[in-house]
Amino acid sequence: MPRIKSPAELEEFRKGILSKRDPQKPCIAVCTGTGCIALGAAEVVAALREEIKKQGLGAEVDVKVDIRETGCPGFCEQGPVIVIYPEEICYLQVKPDDAKEIIAETILAKKVIDRLLYVDPVSKEKSIRESDVPFYKNQTRLLIGNNIKLDPKSIEDYLAVGGYTALVKALAGMKPEQVLDVVKDSNIRGRGGAGFPAGKKWEFARNSPGDTKYVVVNADEGDPGAFMDRALLEGNPHAVLEGLLIGAYAIGAHEGFLYVRQEYPLAVDNVTIAIRAAEDLGLLGKNILGSGFDFSVKVHRGAGAFVCGEETALLRSLEGKPGEPVARPPYPAVKGLWNKPTNINNVETWANIPLIINKGSKFFTSIGTEKSKGTKIFSLVGKVKNTGLVEVPMGITLRDIIYKVGGGIPGEKKFKAVQTGGPSGGCIPEEYLDMSVDFDELAKVGAIMGSGGMIVMDEDTCMVDVARYFLNFLSDESCGKCTPCREGIRQMLKILTNISQGKGKEGDVELLETLAETTRDASLCALGGSAPNPVLSTIRYFKDEYDAHIKDKKCPAFVCKELISFYIDPDKCSACMICLRKCPVDAIIGGKKQIHVIDQEKCTNCGTCFEVCPSRFGAVRRLSGEPVPAPIPEEARNLAGESK
Amino acid sequence: MENDQIDKIIEKHQSDASSLIQILLEIQRENRWLPKDAIERVGERLEVPLSRIQHIVTFYKAFNLLPKGRHEIHICTGTACHVRGAPRLLDSVQDLTGIKPGETDMDMKFSLETVGCVGCCALGPVMVIDGKYHGKMGPSKSEDVLKNYE
Ligand SMILES: Cc1cc2nc3c(=O)[nH]c(=O)nc-3n(C[C@H](O)[C@H](O)[C@H](O)COP(=O)(O)O)c2cc1C
Ligand code: FES
Repeated sequence: MPRIKSPAELEEFRKGILSKRDPQKPCIAVCTGTGCIALGAAEVVAALREEIKKQGLGAEVDVKVDIRETGCPGFCEQGPVIVIYPEEICYLQVKPDDAKEIIAETILAKKVIDRLLYVDPVSKEKSIRESDVPFYKNQTRLLIGNNIKLDPKSIEDYLAVGGYTALVKALAGMKPEQVLDVVKDSNIRGRGGAGFPAGKKWEFARNSPGDTKYVVVNADEGDPGAFMDRALLEGNPHAVLEGLLIGAYAIGAHEGFLYVRQEYPLAVDNVTIAIRAAEDLGLLGKNILGSGFDFSVKVHRGAGAFVCGEETALLRSLEGKPGEPVARPPYPAVKGLWNKPTNINNVETWANIPLIINKGSKFFTSIGTEKSKGTKIFSLVGKVKNTGLVEVPMGITLRDIIYKVGGGIPGEKKFKAVQTGGPSGGCIPEEYLDMSVDFDELAKVGAIMGSGGMIVMDEDTCMVDVARYFLNFLSDESCGKCTPCREGIRQMLKILTNISQGKGKEGDVELLETLAETTRDASLCALGGSAPNPVLSTIRYFKDEYDAHIKDKKCPAFVCKELISFYIDPDKCSACMICLRKCPVDAIIGGKKQIHVIDQEKCTNCGTCFEVCPSRFGAVRRLSGEPVPAPIPEEARNLAGESK
Repeated sequence: MENDQIDKIIEKHQSDASSLIQILLEIQRENRWLPKDAIERVGERLEVPLSRIQHIVTFYKAFNLLPKGRHEIHICTGTACHVRGAPRLLDSVQDLTGIKPGETDMDMKFSLETVGCVGCCALGPVMVIDGKYHGKMGPSKSEDVLKNYE
């Protein structure tokens, strides 16, 4: 690859790439993000390559169809996902066995294969193009929409979709102050949690005295249920790098770091490849594009500590130390990495920067609400039909996200709540489904935007258990440095555990509220400061569930193991032996033509019998807050002679 | 692990003490766990006191200070998997293997760990064995999957 020394040379190079590409040539884009890989995407790619050869399209010199392995376009529920260009035909749940037909029918005969299309579960209408699928149609995919269009390992692919034009615009045509002004005018707020205006933060770092300054990408993505940062970094690493470069130019930094969660090996690989390619081309290094601006980037892997997502802890970790937070101020913008002014932003924040520079702050502020601009990527997961990553304009209603994009709740269950903001966030009940989603509105109802985790919960989710779950997570992750956080979380967890085990007492809820306030007000960093949110928001909206656990020793959602039992309805049991064989502790008594009975002494409430009992019988019942009926007498258990 | 292997990793990072975590991670990637000798070697070469390395390897969860079994089971306990039944999956895998998270069985067959979101929430509950993802795992399905490992 040539080393590019000026904007003109880069444009020349881009033209060269485009001239070699025929937009009419068929290209099969296959998502090979982690979700689709888990569903067998690698096997699909192999099968497609094999078929291309077999069906005579793969002559060494003149391949008639391209295969592009891309990052995640978001529709994980229906993976493996493929999109065939130029027609943009979208096939879902593709299996290796479909490869033959795809090449023969769609590539060669230009026919659409009906059975691989998206079918609307209600209207039964089929969607051919990716953009017609309701899941995508109701989104505004400014960032994640590019993922399916490029191979993240290819800088040429990124250049072909207009990559690094924003960098050129900034370096060649704008002063650092001008870049800063555009970002300030765009009003973009950080996507990593607190929603602090990025432009303001950049300005602090820029104005801090000192020649050595750093910029950092926070790719720690600690929220256990969010994976948009991973999708961006895995699927379009150059966009993040381009944003970082522009930020460094505006701030006056010459060194940058990417701090990536160690659970994301593919993201580390792809971003490392991207850095190398950018260095080779001269987009990183000395005198970038002849502008006189120098910049280099290093990747640093995290080592499994949630608190390292917090900026001061992250910086300590980058220095090779234990990631314990330190009190702010001084803020990193003044005293950050190795005590130098440092600007740290989230992956998605950085990925927005090229868009803002290219399209201008007016474009960006035209999307969203008064105080929250642009789009936000959410990971829409849990009890929702279309699980995946969704990018929507700020201000969209929760209902639109969950029902229009997400397709609603599966299995005709009833919606109960949606949890946003990860362990620092809160649960929002049905009555607020029509609220608009932005930083401030979410805060008003006791939740937060956080990094964009959105977990949908239905009637089978127990809200006491959810609160206990998050507190358990946080108690594991509290670094233990400050007492209010360490002890406050531990005490709250203890009470919640008692409640979920039927040992709750009158007054526990009030005690939880008191502890929550102390923990919130006295903790050193936001981990402790926001830890009470899951507790307070569930008490606020689901007090009746707390009461049921405490007073009636009942878990209405049948989740808390100590409060439930399983019972086989003798009128429905057909003695099919399935549960009896599957029970891991041999707690089911019975036999062929002998109605099965659960030995309550032995039963561990694992729920296997409930899970495996065929739905046509539906004989296993869950009970909570009521006694288990006495087993039917042995002599009445014989089913022989009865026809069932 | 041989000292020269360790030295090579250290040299890759220019014997820079601020790369301590990265060096330890790389050693672990090669060896799957961090033996005491390796930790001592790193301390010596980087001139970092052992107490500091101790602090680091206990602070960060990624580090294993004990040998691992032939197969590493990771059960996702992220929020999406939790609401879809990960606790029951974890219970049943504990019953089947006889070990708790963080433990390895006596035959060195399985090691069990829990992990926050692995990014396949659509498939929850998710169990990852030696890097292979198994989705939509219920207690009874997990038994079928574990049977396939020797
Ligand atoms: C306990 C804790 C964990 C955090 N984890 C993350 C994280 O995983 N990713 C992230 O971008 N920000 C995380 N943050 C927020 C960062 O401290 C910081 O605000 C953010 O990286 C700034 O970037 P932004 O302004 O672009 O959002 C966390 C904060 C706290 C208190
Ligand atoms: S929560 Fe388990 S994969 Fe995301």
